Amino acid sequence: MAACLLAVDPVGLGGAVLRCRPGLERDRWLSQLRALLPGDMPQRRLPPNIGDDALLGGLDLTATLARGRPVQAMGLLEATRAGLLVMPMAERLSRAIVARLTAGQEAHGYAMVALDEGQEDEAPPPALADRLAFQPDLSEAPAACPFTGGQVAAARDRLPRVVSDDALIEAILATAMACGITSLRAPALALRAARASAALHGRTAPDAEDAARAVRLVLGPRALMLPAPPEEAPPPEQPPEPPPESESKAEPRNSDAMEDVVLDAKHAVLPAQLLATLAAAGLRARVATAGKQGSERISLKRGRPIGTRPGEPRNGARIALLETLRAAVPWQKLRPRPAHAAIAVRREDFRIRRFREHSESTAIFVVDASGSAALHRLAEAKGAVELLLAECYSRRDRVAVIAFRGKAAELLLPPTQSLVRAKRALAGLPGGGASPLASGMDAALALARLERRAGRTPLIVVLTDGRANMARDGRTGRPIAEEDALAVAKLLQAEAHSILVVDTAPRPQPFSVTLAAACGGRCLPLPQAGAQALAGTVRLGMQAA
Amino acid sequence: MDGSIVGTRPRARKAGKKAGAPAQPRLVFPFTAIVGQEELRLSLSLCAVDPSIGGVLALGDRGTGKSTAIRALAALLPPMRAIQGCAYNCEPGKPTPGCEACARRAPKAVSVPVPVVDLPLGASEDRVVGALDLEKALAQGQKAFEPGLLARAHRGFLYIDEVNLLEDHLVDLLLDVAASGENVVERDGLSIRHPARFVLVGSGNPEEGELRPQLLDRFGLSIEVTTPSDLPTRIEVIKRRDAFERDPPGFCAQWQPEEEALRARILAARDLLPRVELADDVLEMAAKLCMTAGTDGLRGELTLMRTARALAAFEGATQVSLDHLRRLAPMALRHRLRRNPLDDAVASTRVARAVQEVFGP
Repeated sequence: MAACLLAVDPVGLGGAVLRCRPGLERDRWLSQLRALLPGDMPQRRLPPNIGDDALLGGLDLTATLARGRPVQAMGLLEATRAGLLVMPMAERLSRAIVARLTAGQEAHGYAMVALDEGQEDEAPPPALADRLAFQPDLSEAPAACPFTGGQVAAARDRLPRVVSDDALIEAILATAMACGITSLRAPALALRAARASAALHGRTAPDAEDAARAVRLVLGPRALMLPAPPEEAPPPEQPPEPPPESESKAEPRNSDAMEDVVLDAKHAVLPAQLLATLAAAGLRARVATAGKQGSERISLKRGRPIGTRPGEPRNGARIALLETLRAAVPWQKLRPRPAHAAIAVRREDFRIRRFREHSESTAIFVVDASGSAALHRLAEAKGAVELLLAECYSRRDRVAVIAFRGKAAELLLPPTQSLVRAKRALAGLPGGGASPLASGMDAALALARLERRAGRTPLIVVLTDGRANMARDGRTGRPIAEEDALAVAKLLQAEAHSILVVDTAPRPQPFSVTLAAACGGRCLPLPQAGAQALAGTVRLGMQAA
Repeated sequence: MDGSIVGTRPRARKAGKKAGAPAQPRLVFPFTAIVGQEELRLSLSLCAVDPSIGGVLALGDRGTGKSTAIRALAALLPPMRAIQGCAYNCEPGKPTPGCEACARRAPKAVSVPVPVVDLPLGASEDRVVGALDLEKALAQGQKAFEPGLLARAHRGFLYIDEVNLLEDHLVDLLLDVAASGENVVERDGLSIRHPARFVLVGSGNPEEGELRPQLLDRFGLSIEVTTPSDLPTRIEVIKRRDAFERDPPGFCAQWQPEEEALRARILAARDLLPRVELADDVLEMAAKLCMTAGTDGLRGELTLMRTARALAAFEGATQVSLDHLRRLAPMALRHRLRRNPLDDAVASTRVARAVQEVFGP
């Protein structure tokens, strides 16, 4: 159904996010959409690592050299004007490209279908998803579109004459608020979807059925919480991540008959695992915003310039013109003089620029939140995290916090640069229970691997009183717990992660030293640690990293 | 135009070609039709009255109309006089050295819209500061400078969406240019300097990353933007947006009188601005306010003063009153407080506390 509506008003509805692995369902959905779109509509595919030149257009160097006069190439975005842009691997799109895509959408008006092939913790950038109306669920085979291409085309013609009344606008907005959706783009898109639906059914104004359909398709996947329920519905659970403005949780007005219909429809379609899915989605989104674009130390695209090397200006690499001409000059006597240009430049003369990019680092705090670790140590760790964050913007460093207590370790704060988010995540850090040190270090290792893969340098800081007493498999007892912790430590050393063990016990514990040695890291007995001192030590470590 | 002009606007030419397909300019949502967001609209209007205020930083949620507001402002502003064909938007009578359009014997002054230039994330340094003109160098063997975004933004606005995610080397560059009002290019065998004075407007979501303090300090005013949370306001937002999308010319025509009125008000305020008086006791209060709030440096006072003058002029007053100061304190000071990450109080609350302490309840 989403495909039908999108085909009626592709540009107005912005597009769709298809979250699933490449496969039959996805292809079927896409081909259905393509079949319903006008035949003359431009349809393009976005190569995941497209350079700015190709995206925005610019001087076609090779053609310019060949013809001796400037030849401009049209950018992909411009070529897609009023068309459809399909984006594979949308979860990997860099922020810079997303910024261009959304700006381009405003300038050229095209629909985007983002193919999200992400694993658990990956999702398309929210800035992009926010602008695309639909997120169809492709876990089951999509129903065939009940409308023919001719009907859709007729609906497209009818669409400008479809008007919506104020009651509809109010109902959709009330539903959006009841679902905890703060962005105003979602209800605006739902409104357009309702109109497209009306046009498709030959109506000149959307009725309750159109509204319900729009709510289900556009607002449903974005809902953060269930609307206030009619009496027989199950009690709504708290949303996993309440929207930042708590005042937005105003009760929806249930007076309007129209509104009731919309809300009912919403209930009918929300699946049982919705809340679980939402929690997972929320987590995904948070991790994804923390950044997917690792930075190499030497880059061909951005950073501070550090010189040139021979190569072709492709894939975003930029030509160093002066160096290129300099390389061409010695050969001029040997080369036939071109009629059109002062100097004969050949491909082999091309020089491209190199840049040095700042390599980011991530401080991963592994905090012992067990009963044995005095709670004020936790407070110190929290303070250290906040202090570090408050000053790491200039280095684009990140901070993450893993807490371990009781039976397991928990990623309390995914790697972030945001002080705002860190404060919120750290606000309720509980303490008490056993010390599953090995689990904590396991989690740190996993995160460190992820960070390293993303091109950042992880630095692990373990804050413990050295009294591990819970093994990975849940067995208690100091020897076995220590053995487990040392096993993880060896892995950490094998992968050469930087690590700092901070012994927070009142008196230095020999095990902390053993542990640090096993990690190949340093041990810092810190009986009188303060947030300030801790932050200072870690800062030094990050600078060295 | 004759072909010998070095430093014409290849980018503008390209843009012109792009816009060529549908000939009429794209209509933007009228500034005066924006629902709510009073602080944002006021701060942008004040920057239009006095560009030396130093720009606006708008932090907040997605989809709250930050970009809409800044684009709308551009459409609202009265056009400015500039030299025809000048790549730097030179003011008539104040030519940029080395700018050939301005060096001609009788440069022609024309009316142009105030530039609002987008600085996209991940823009290359070449595009921002300008670089050797590839076209000219390759095709004609000429060493010419192709002005970048900074040149185009001169005398207008430079808008950076997601400014908190801007890469470090670009931040450094911006800081330098914003401080000196001049872009110095020493690369590719070029040695060029040209004026680049612009109103810096940034927007971003603080949840996604922090802003460097040096850059934070560069913004004159800072605004916290939130999605309206009451239903009637939200409904009004959607209704207007919807009405605009369905019939842009009709909607714009409907708001034309309001737009004209605001434009006239901005122009009147610009005229009045030099005559606005700032009494010593008001100045003293401004200083006291900054000391109580604990702002770094003197830029807090300066901004507060300039903004208060602009506000007075905007409201047709010839004297800055304490009330002006009081209303502006949050947006002028909240981003200049010394950061203490362990203090949970929101910056606005701290400013409000200082205001109360200085002015009384």
